[in-house]
Amino acid sequence: MHFPITAIASILHRISGIILFLLIPFLLWMLQSSLSSEQGFDDLSQFLSGFWIKSFLWLCFAAFIYHALAGVRHLFMDIGIGEEIRGSKIAIGIVVVLTAILLILVGVWLW
Amino acid sequence: MVTVSQRGYMDWLIQRFSAVYMFLCVVALAVFFIKHPDLNYFEWQNLFSSLSTKVIAAVFVLSLLMHTWIGIWTVITDYVKIGLLRLILNVFILFALVGFFFAALLILWSV
Repeated sequence: MHFPITAIASILHRISGIILFLLIPFLLWMLQSSLSSEQGFDDLSQFLSGFWIKSFLWLCFAAFIYHALAGVRHLFMDIGIGEEIRGSKIAIGIVVVLTAILLILVGVWLW
Repeated sequence: MVTVSQRGYMDWLIQRFSAVYMFLCVVALAVFFIKHPDLNYFEWQNLFSSLSTKVIAAVFVLSLLMHTWIGIWTVITDYVKIGLLRLILNVFILFALVGFFFAALLILWSV
């Protein structure tokens, strides 16, 4: 089966949104740990410094950044920019490229 | 029919305004992290101890609640065709989101 690029962009927007929903308990746990005490903050910093957890965080950022930028694309479509087929392909290209750039920056920041 | 379409319009509006608000908050938080490369507990605790941060964060959590509810409701409505299952999923999501909302408020107000 071959899906048009706009359908793939749309389904990824939905999947990333559900992933972000599932991450809310993890975010709340991090917020609570980091604010509970100095010990809690340092323990969390220690926990988040491992390689695998950093990789996991990076994937979380991937879901968030894609979701946010695909959302910005929606706002542009609301005001009539990038609505037609050709424009939407360009817009999706911009979203993908910006997501990749930001993810590289997040990677640099994390490691 | 009029009420149905008005609800759709309200959802559309809330989805976008909550998205823009959360986007701005995340950008502000990213700027904070960039300005504090070696963030410690006291800087972090200091940020969340101010009333303005608490209120901004509380509105963020409310935005997240509404945004996620509308988004997941839309996804569930599109893909889950069995009425009872759809109802159970929606109720489960709603209770989870309200739980997250209060958990976040309690964490914020404990600082």
